[in-house]
Amino acid sequence: MKKVFFLIFFLLVLSSIYAAEKPFEKVTFVPQWVPQAQFAGYYVALEKGIYKKYGIDVEIVQGGPRVSPIEYLKDKKTDFATMWLASAIQERDRGVKLVNIAQIIQRSSLMFIAKRTSGIQVPADMNGKKVGIWPDVFKIQPEAFFQKYGLKVKKIPQSFSINLFLHGGVDVVLAMWYNEYHLILNAGYDPEDLNTFFFYDYGLNFPEDGIYVLEETFKAKPELCKAFVKASLEGWQYAFENKKEAVKIILKYQKKANIPANSVHQKWMLTVMESIINGNKKKHKYGVLNKEDYDRVIKILKEEALIKKVFEFKDFYKGLDTYVQK
Amino acid sequence: MFRNRGLAFRLSFLVLVSCAFIFVFIIGYNYIVTRKILIDDLRESAQNKAFVVANAIEKSLSQVASFPEHIAYFMESETEFEEEEILGLLSSVLTNNPNVYGSTIAFAPYAFDQQKLYYAPYYYRDGDDIKFKYLGGSDYDYFYMDWFQIPQELGVKIWTDPYYDESGGEILMATVSVPFYQKKGTEKKFLGVITADISLGFLQNTVTSLRIGKTDYGFIISKNGVFMSYPDKNFIMNETIFAVAELKKDKLLRKVGKAMIRGEYGFSNMNSFVRNEKGWLVYVPLSSSGWSLGIFISNTELMAEITNLTEIVILIGLLGFALLLVVIVLIARSITGPIRKLVEKTGNISKGDFNFELKPIERTDEVGKLTSSFIMMRNSLKKYIKELKATTAAKERMESELKIAHDIQMGILPKAFMPSEKMPFSLWALLEPAKEVGGDLYDYFMIDEENFCFVLGDVSGKGVPAALLMAVTMTLIKSLAKVSKDPADIMAKVNDELAKENDACMFVTTFCGILNMKTGKVVYANAGHNPPLMIKKGQKVEYLKLAKGPAVGVLENIEYKKESLILKPGDAIYMYTDGVTEAFNDRDEEFSEKRLLETIELYRDEEAKDLLRKTLQVVHDFSQGVPQSDDITMLVLKYSGGIIKK
Repeated sequence: MKKVFFLIFFLLVLSSIYAAEKPFEKVTFVPQWVPQAQFAGYYVALEKGIYKKYGIDVEIVQGGPRVSPIEYLKDKKTDFATMWLASAIQERDRGVKLVNIAQIIQRSSLMFIAKRTSGIQVPADMNGKKVGIWPDVFKIQPEAFFQKYGLKVKKIPQSFSINLFLHGGVDVVLAMWYNEYHLILNAGYDPEDLNTFFFYDYGLNFPEDGIYVLEETFKAKPELCKAFVKASLEGWQYAFENKKEAVKIILKYQKKANIPANSVHQKWMLTVMESIINGNKKKHKYGVLNKEDYDRVIKILKEEALIKKVFEFKDFYKGLDTYVQK
Repeated sequence: MFRNRGLAFRLSFLVLVSCAFIFVFIIGYNYIVTRKILIDDLRESAQNKAFVVANAIEKSLSQVASFPEHIAYFMESETEFEEEEILGLLSSVLTNNPNVYGSTIAFAPYAFDQQKLYYAPYYYRDGDDIKFKYLGGSDYDYFYMDWFQIPQELGVKIWTDPYYDESGGEILMATVSVPFYQKKGTEKKFLGVITADISLGFLQNTVTSLRIGKTDYGFIISKNGVFMSYPDKNFIMNETIFAVAELKKDKLLRKVGKAMIRGEYGFSNMNSFVRNEKGWLVYVPLSSSGWSLGIFISNTELMAEITNLTEIVILIGLLGFALLLVVIVLIARSITGPIRKLVEKTGNISKGDFNFELKPIERTDEVGKLTSSFIMMRNSLKKYIKELKATTAAKERMESELKIAHDIQMGILPKAFMPSEKMPFSLWALLEPAKEVGGDLYDYFMIDEENFCFVLGDVSGKGVPAALLMAVTMTLIKSLAKVSKDPADIMAKVNDELAKENDACMFVTTFCGILNMKTGKVVYANAGHNPPLMIKKGQKVEYLKLAKGPAVGVLENIEYKKESLILKPGDAIYMYTDGVTEAFNDRDEEFSEKRLLETIELYRDEEAKDLLRKTLQVVHDFSQGVPQSDDITMLVLKYSGGIIKK
């Protein structure tokens, strides 16, 4: 018996030495935009050592207009990246073999906003009005919306400034709930001065940010992907539970990036994030891509002829819940 | 705390507290009124200042705006555009107006040249130099920039919100932008915009050059509430007045911000958003640009003057207060000082010391009068006590003499006498004097073998004279009884003796009886005394009916009537003085003859000694400790009849 005990003890000591010496795996991650509370979970996971806890040494590449996550993935300049579900599907259609390993934002925060004084209360009221539109992935839902309600509007390409809308250059503005909506409130409009149209409420829910990797990365290092997702989700959880601290971390990265840092705005953004990441409790599970949402996005992209092929959900989505099935 | 304090303290305290109230009220009122006047003044001057600043800015802005407006007018009148001409126009804008930072004529896509998507020649400043470049490109897609898109969509001149012109002017700027068109009849084709930029530094300088006060500051917000000029450069472009309101959770600020972007005028008391202080915000619109100018005047600044004034008032008040304190304490002392001395001396008096020194005060006020009264009182008391001491000594001496007199008087009275068993009667008498020396008398003695004399009397008055008269009367009766066996005769003689030279007009009521022991016959005479009670066997006790005779010692030559009665064995005669019937109780009721009658009836069968003792007890019980006003004397003679045994 004594020998057996000794052997077990020896093995334990050996394994602990091995674990201690096991180096952190170095990875890079690209969020699709500049540092802001939209990416609070990742920055918090990094700052609070959550990634390290999962044995990963993460470097977050500062996102922005000149950093395209898809290019970074294609060129293998990064291991992980975030992007909208619709963008990812389009990219896969164009031949970039990427997979979704976690769906973070469940609820679309894209919305139309009209001033109450414009008299636009229902979608039909938009007929013949000037509607501001962003390009690319942002215009998919608006186009589907116009089609769904048979609207003929004057589409005005809009920049990321809300001034065109504030000055009355457009009647309806396309906005993100966590960003432009709050900027409009901070230009002196009260919520009751505005009429809002969430695409989510009009049957056009497009899940937004998800975490993507190349299929080959996923196949080679499933455990790493799993660890990255787990750590990121834990980072988000920590951020929701410690909003003040999370906002502080975000502001630190914003100042580092020389971009306007406004704690009130970041706090608003984080609060909205909590809501859209949790989504609809009945349908959505934390970090899991809902198949209904996926099917809807595929259907609309096909209808608008934005994709040619249709991919199987199981090939595209490799979230944490899919490991269990194996 | 108050009750135990001295008069000086109470007086000073009450006066000072009242003064403090008045003082605080005056300062408060003064402060409020002055503040109101100052605020009214401030409002006017602040508004004036704001108007001046606003006008200056307006003038600069409209001057800047006039260039693109003129160029637009010119462009719309041209049919063909020569690049040379355009560049000439633009460069002249910068050379003619130092406030213009940069200027461009930005054409809509392919509007200038069918081959060129972008065409926007741009002159701008770089230090003292004027530089030139073409705007437009994939990294500067000006068609979607506010300064191009908004006037395009609105068709009117606009001032943009502040922005950092990356790849353009490379500074924080705001731009006035005027659209221009190609007009063909009623049709208008949008060709592009003409702009003039101003550096926000220029706005900032304009505002800060108008120094309002040390801690005051001015700021400009855009139509959307974005700060365009502000003491903290970080706010410019980054913050809106509404974001600040949200951060500070200041609802009033949001309300004011809305009023400002609506182009309203106002004056509002609110929190500063630079420092943690209260103050006043005056705001006026900059109408041509839709911006609004605000000037914040801090309370410290505003209140500096009033605070200064109030401080002086408070200082004066405090000095006055201190002076008042000294004066009141002095006054209180001068009043209460002598009183305190008097209080000390009163302590001496209460201890019985009258020989203290007390100087009269040379004052005619209440304190002076009190002191002299006190001195007089002290002197009177001293004199009185001296006299009292003498009187007391005399009284003590007299009392001891009276005690001796009493002893002598009691000695005169026959000692408790129980006639020997040989006698056919029993007798008992008692005398309880009201004062040490009483005025009652009783006596009994054998005249001869058969006759027994008994006397009971009451001398008018009390004390030593009464006792003396009593002694004289007793002696007279005793000696006269030896020679006469007639009580009336004895009375008459005693009367004559006493009435002679009776200057004091004293008299004695007397009942004198002589009992013939053999026969039981009693001869008696009454000189104004209370009738005795007859206790006859088989009959109710009753008062003896007597002939009236005056008291002895009043007038000479008075005849007294001799009367007689027969005592049968078992009969008794009870005599008393008016000390018995006139004993009072605490309800001021007399014991009365009726009660005496009842009492004797009750104890008629007792032995002579017990009869008297019990009767006396009844009288005492009745009077219940009310001091005895007169001597009480009783005598009872019980006749048993029979022979005189030898």
